[in-house]
Amino acid sequence: MGGKLFKNFSFLSATLSFFILIGIFAVLFQYAQAALHEFGIDFLYSESWEVDEDDEGGLFGGWIPIVGTLLSTLIAMAIAIPLAMGIAIFLTEIAHEKLVKPVSVAIELLAAIPSIIYGMWGLFYFAPIVQSTVGGDGVGLLTAGIVLAIMIIPFMAAITRDAMNTVPPVLKESAYAMGATTFEVVKDVVMPYAKGGIIGSIILALGRALGETMAVAFLIGSVMSIPSRITDPTTSIPVLLANNFAEAQDLEISAMYYLALILFVVSFALISLAKFYFFGRKTV
Amino acid sequence: MNRLLLNKAILTLSTLSAVVGLGFLLWILVTLGYKGVMSLHWSTFTNDLVEGGIRNLLVGQFTMALIASAIAVPIGMLAGIYLREYSNNGKMAAVMRNLSDVMMSAPSIVIGVFVFALLVDPFGGYNGWAGIVALAIMMIPIIISTTDNMLSLVPRELREAGIALGGSKHKIILQVVVKAAKVGITTGILLSFARIIGETAPLLFTSANNQFFTMDLTEQFPSLTVSIYNLATYPDEASRELAWAASFVLTAVVLLINLMGRFITRSKK
Repeated sequence: MGGKLFKNFSFLSATLSFFILIGIFAVLFQYAQAALHEFGIDFLYSESWEVDEDDEGGLFGGWIPIVGTLLSTLIAMAIAIPLAMGIAIFLTEIAHEKLVKPVSVAIELLAAIPSIIYGMWGLFYFAPIVQSTVGGDGVGLLTAGIVLAIMIIPFMAAITRDAMNTVPPVLKESAYAMGATTFEVVKDVVMPYAKGGIIGSIILALGRALGETMAVAFLIGSVMSIPSRITDPTTSIPVLLANNFAEAQDLEISAMYYLALILFVVSFALISLAKFYFFGRKTV
Repeated sequence: MNRLLLNKAILTLSTLSAVVGLGFLLWILVTLGYKGVMSLHWSTFTNDLVEGGIRNLLVGQFTMALIASAIAVPIGMLAGIYLREYSNNGKMAAVMRNLSDVMMSAPSIVIGVFVFALLVDPFGGYNGWAGIVALAIMMIPIIISTTDNMLSLVPRELREAGIALGGSKHKIILQVVVKAAKVGITTGILLSFARIIGETAPLLFTSANNQFFTMDLTEQFPSLTVSIYNLATYPDEASRELAWAASFVLTAVVLLINLMGRFITRSKK
């Protein structure tokens, strides 16, 4: 009797994720209806974001925050991928046994620091450095991209390291015995063997960077304009939501739900790709 | 010779990456420590935000994270138990696992928007419960994944011994299997608690913030992280100082819980 009840409760709990995901999609879709009807697919590449006070309408398009999101993520990935791979190689192939544990813990602590702290630190300590070395206002695409990279590196490095650790030692040892250098072992044995996990970790980090809010909110400048230089301020989907969602009304808030829906669908697709295709079953 | 040189170059670069990573950790922690200690006073802990302190913010943040855990831990553990002990590891279980992992990576701001539509918009205002639900949604998939993984480490023989003694399935699960995985699950709970207590985005338009001390979850609820975001953007020096003090306390709490989780695992194994 109690057993049956327990089993049913655990089954219900297990299906909850499914219902929450469906719920998120349905709710966002429902609230985005007004904007979906008004602008359709043109929303994606329209640059205007103007509220019309008189008739509770306006002209809204997602191009600027979409471009801002993509560019800041691109900068972050360009910096994070080589560094994260380097750290993973260091931890699996180079570091002395006694160093592996403390360095791993330090990298994992870096991943545990809340994103708002990265934002604070970036705004007051990192942005001035970017300003004095590269120019610009300090806050902008480049600063946001770099700090975003620092945020996702530990995450990416940790999963890549786990993937590299699954390579059977006997494979590496045979390559070493043939006279291969450490780099050759990594390039020709470790990388091909751990390919799925490594690409998966990159996609997961990409999803994280696309949806990151707080660190970017401090640093991207929150200006509704297309950047013409890499140091220019702009905005991103999460940042626009964080700053303007609470005050928005009518058609504008519907446009915001539309943006949230786009972000949700894109990250859902990316993460599903990583999970179903690249990891057989890998937990993060 | 050339390939040896290339090897040296790559190895040096890899080592350098690790140094850069550690360098940033050190830079952030030293900055936080310095600014935090400079701006922390005893009164920071005894005053509420309205009087220039963080007492109500700390209580508010912990209250929301604790109630969210009280919701997420049983649900997440039950789901993990189902996936590992009841589902026979079939196709359906694989899909459920992947969906839970997808939910774990859903952008936190989107969860905030979802909960706004569900619990703020219809009820006419920000409230503490909305913040709690948003945090619980973030926490559930992490607990599912931890429970699932930790139960998978429990040897089959333990379950078989339980069956041989004539125990019913749910009794074996609760009194043998979960007990054997206790340490790992506890660590997972601590780590996920550390994760949600530092969240800002899902709270921005669910619980929002409150300058005053309150325990009433039906009104706007004080939040440490949301306050940091607001304070840091004010131009006056006193607000910034308070933002640094709050950031220092938040990071200290998060890192301490993390280290505690790791310490439990190491001392018990």
